[in-house]
Amino acid sequence: MAVKTRKTRQSKPIPSHFPNIDQVGIEERVARLNSRSIKKDSKVKALKLALSMIDLTTLEGKDTEGKVRQLCYKALHLHDSLPKLPHVAAVCVYNSMVGIAKETLAGSDIKVASVATAFPSGMSTLKVKLQETKFAIGQGADEVDMVISRGKFLAGEYNYVTDEIAAIKEACGKVHLKVILETGELNTLDNVRKASDLAIFAGADFIKTSTGKIQPAATMPVTLVMLEAIRDHYYLTGKKIGMKPAGGISKAKQAIQYLVMVKETLGNAWLNNNLFRFGASSLANDIIMQIIKQETGRYHSKDYISID
Amino acid sequence: MPKVNTLNFNTDWQYAEAPESSDHVQLESRYGHFINGKFVAPANGRYFKTINPANEAKLADIASGSAADVDKAVRAAKKGYKTWSRTPAKERAKYVYRIARMLQERSREFAVIESMDGGKPIRESKNIDIPLAAAHFFYYAGWADKLDYAFPNRRASSIGVAGQIIPWNFPLLMAAWKIAPAIATGNTVVLKPAETTPLTALMLAKVIQESGLPDGVVNIITGAGKTGSAIVNHPGIQKIAFTGSTEVGKIIQKAIAGTNKRYTLELGGKAANIIFEDAAIDQAVEGIINGIFFNQGHVCCAGSRLFIQESVADLVIRKLKDRMETLIVGDPLDKNTDIGAINSKDQLDKIKYYLKIGVNEGAEMYQPSCRIPQKGYWCRPTLFLNCAQSHRIVQEEIFGPVLAVQTFRTVDEGIEKANNTPYGLSGGVWTDKGSKIFKVSSKLRAGVIWANTYNKFDPSSPFGGYKESGMGREGGLHGLMPYLELN
Repeated sequence: MAVKTRKTRQSKPIPSHFPNIDQVGIEERVARLNSRSIKKDSKVKALKLALSMIDLTTLEGKDTEGKVRQLCYKALHLHDSLPKLPHVAAVCVYNSMVGIAKETLAGSDIKVASVATAFPSGMSTLKVKLQETKFAIGQGADEVDMVISRGKFLAGEYNYVTDEIAAIKEACGKVHLKVILETGELNTLDNVRKASDLAIFAGADFIKTSTGKIQPAATMPVTLVMLEAIRDHYYLTGKKIGMKPAGGISKAKQAIQYLVMVKETLGNAWLNNNLFRFGASSLANDIIMQIIKQETGRYHSKDYISID
Repeated sequence: MPKVNTLNFNTDWQYAEAPESSDHVQLESRYGHFINGKFVAPANGRYFKTINPANEAKLADIASGSAADVDKAVRAAKKGYKTWSRTPAKERAKYVYRIARMLQERSREFAVIESMDGGKPIRESKNIDIPLAAAHFFYYAGWADKLDYAFPNRRASSIGVAGQIIPWNFPLLMAAWKIAPAIATGNTVVLKPAETTPLTALMLAKVIQESGLPDGVVNIITGAGKTGSAIVNHPGIQKIAFTGSTEVGKIIQKAIAGTNKRYTLELGGKAANIIFEDAAIDQAVEGIINGIFFNQGHVCCAGSRLFIQESVADLVIRKLKDRMETLIVGDPLDKNTDIGAINSKDQLDKIKYYLKIGVNEGAEMYQPSCRIPQKGYWCRPTLFLNCAQSHRIVQEEIFGPVLAVQTFRTVDEGIEKANNTPYGLSGGVWTDKGSKIFKVSSKLRAGVIWANTYNKFDPSSPFGGYKESGMGREGGLHGLMPYLELN
């Protein structure tokens, strides 16, 4: 397997030059984007859009089949007393739960995403990671969320990291591959840019910030750097790579700020769940609460919205 | 048909209007001059109107200053000087601090009126103009009783009455730049705001009145060029401080030649931003956008020339165009507006004149697709590509949202072209290499050089130009000197 991917690498050497990132400039741009004032109709539209982009997630050691079934039911019925609410884009679970999720969601167009490749640490061999990926796909996963080998990346072994992603991508075939950079462990925005470029080069369909297990998880500066990497790739090749910030986005206001950033960095083509997702567990309910507030003028108690 | 990899910023999801409330703003229908602590009618009884450039609606009638009004103000300032110059420094500082705090307390009202009278986006007046104006008063209040430390082993004394003439691009901020150091050091002033933007200076006069500052220390006369000329030529004035065009600066220099009036002149600019290939490109593009489109390009230190190292030129230009697509041009009071109204019809005509020149000179003009309002004075953000050093749009100050783009190959070529201008107010260097920042910025002949940022201002930092961009410095310790006799 690894031999095969190395062949493709030889025809096209991995990137050796990565654009510089100025952290101060990134933070200023984020502050400017966050100053956009989103009101009235525009706010409701953004909230519904954000709902439709959520990968409703449960990734805990104590997950049970029952919990996953409930999560899937919630994915289908976010808040049935509110008409015309979209449903989320996908549910995201461990690979042992993919079968249950698939079964529960049968007949809907909600995707099932499975984490793989020794999530969340990635500390395993390529062989084991490939096996795990194939198992998830065999169970019916529509999307695979893999993690990169951060230890190898930080040691400068970019070939290893790239080959590994390419190998998993090959195993995925038509199944969508999201590559988690775990930016909370990459330390600098320059590294975030490098890892984004390598993942895109190796065949990622989406790049994703975090596992949610490491702090900080998704941040706006990190996401902006990744969106700019996606934009540069699009300029060069015309190919659209998706983006998924995950972890730490629990408020509707944050979600709108992310949408503003996508709108002003990549434009219309990315403002849908084919190319932009939120990895989140509690965001959906905060958005529902805000939509109810927009419609009724009052905030509901949380007790009126189902937790899962 | 758009190219395959063209980004589409005309998104299905649009921002709704988000206007800043102006309910709390109360304008009077007519304003007199502020002389000797009181608002007084003009001697000749004449008024002119000030309008909102975003919708051409009249905001108020403003007294038209004649030589008689100026004379009255100078007499008041002279009288005020007798006691103010002898007031203990720490007592003077108290008044200046008080003005600073009152500006902060009323910052929202000031911001809204600044945007209504001048056309600048509320985002800028709220975040930059008003806070910085207050910061200047705070800063110079601090120096008032510490002049012995500012100038060790020298005796600093005030000089008398300062005549101050300010422009329309930063009406309140320029008033603060002028008034704060002057009165903190014991001088008194006669200030004239620009005829298109007098309102915030007159509101400042009200704040000064309420602060209890002794009568005659600050006098504000409104009017056009003739009023300014009466100030410049008045024999009772010891110092002229002017911010405005190089053309008027030269007239002032001629007028006061042979007199013993001191002067500082803050004049035009045609600043170069230089992007090297190793720069953080996306952040540099953002800096270029802010450098030229801040305040509709009505900024003397605006980065109105762009030099891009040739290996990254196509990429930078593409990114600039995409960024320009996301700029929102419109109602200055909308919180999402990036570019507001052009300050006046005269200025809009001047910008349009230069756009025509640029096209005739053979430069390639680019403007984004944004809609602009029907009424009022508007100009889309504009790029001129393939400019030559000999183009007038490269040599002359346009004072609008117009950026002239050129490329260069070597570092030396970039520096040489950047310096090839009669102006020298500011410049910008964009590179990831610290050594290059020092090498290039030490060779650029301009008063302020920003590295990997642009248009950053602070009261503690001196500001001023080389060559035809002016004489003297304002801000910082240097900004005290023009108002002091040092023995």
